[in-house]
Amino acid sequence: MRRAAAVGVALLALLTPASAAFAQDCPQTTLADIEDEVMCPVCGTPLGLATEAPQAQREREYIQTLIDDCRSKDEIKQALVAQFGEEVLALPGDEGDDDLGDVLVYVIPALGIVLAAAGIAFAVVRWRGAGSRGGGPAPAGAADSTRVDTDMERYDL
Amino acid sequence: MRRVLSPVPIAILCVVLALVALLAYGLSQNEPDRSVEDALARGELEQAPALELPKLSGGGKGSLADYRGEVVVLNFWASWCEPCREESPLLQRWHRRMAGEGGTVLGVDVLDVTGDAEDFIDEYGLTYPMLKDKAGDALESFGVVAYPETFVIDRDGRIRAVRRGPVDEAFMRTKVAPLLEDT
Repeated sequence: MRRAAAVGVALLALLTPASAAFAQDCPQTTLADIEDEVMCPVCGTPLGLATEAPQAQREREYIQTLIDDCRSKDEIKQALVAQFGEEVLALPGDEGDDDLGDVLVYVIPALGIVLAAAGIAFAVVRWRGAGSRGGGPAPAGAADSTRVDTDMERYDL
Repeated sequence: MRRVLSPVPIAILCVVLALVALLAYGLSQNEPDRSVEDALARGELEQAPALELPKLSGGGKGSLADYRGEVVVLNFWASWCEPCREESPLLQRWHRRMAGEGGTVLGVDVLDVTGDAEDFIDEYGLTYPMLKDKAGDALESFGVVAYPETFVIDRDGRIRAVRRGPVDEAFMRTKVAPLLEDT
């Protein structure tokens, strides 16, 4: 019994460094990490959003095979590009061939949001200003009061 | 009397109108191209769009022009497409028949993992030539939106029939067989 335990411990000691080394060599990536950054080419959506499409399922299986094969995230993306073309990459900048375009993809929507917010804020401020200047009724003058009194005298209330 | 309109409802209205316009634009862009069917319905025969793609097995490119003078059954398919499995044995049978009569089936594997496509070909014993359209570049010119889709092209390179969905024996008999007799 003690001999068997000793053999077990020895085997474990032999295997542990090997598996640790394997884990170190194998890049840590997951399907969830990758599927938000690549497209399902048939669905036209990021793979993470394409749950039921058969092509999406197959693409996931293919990615999982590459993960199991210890490929890094970049290697997996390259393999996907080889299979499906550059359009499979979901994030601007992944293609690496159009720096200005990659920056503009982020800058233009942000600029649009800022300009829209500024426009709405400006319109609201002007509207409130107009309301406070001319919104309330003007006080009645003496002539108005006299005319109202004259009119009221005509009625026998 | 001049009334000052509140900018908030105007802004909301503008946003709603912009969203509706965006939706309409998106829908119009997703509308499949049915110009081939329209031309066939008018009795007009359109020249098939040019098609040049890498061969699935590697080793250079293949094109539709390589088969000028033959009747071509151009079939867009993918290994993950279930209806494609249904029609593959039929296409293989017709390919054998057409080979002796100046015709061929030409497969285009679309948006597919090459290894999966090769497994599919082995499984069904397909011997007809295969091209690979990895990014779906040829789909737009043929108006392909689903799989499988098949175009029958005559010896002069004109589209004579289209099937959006799996082909069957009746389609092949009525649309392909008469063209084979036409030499």
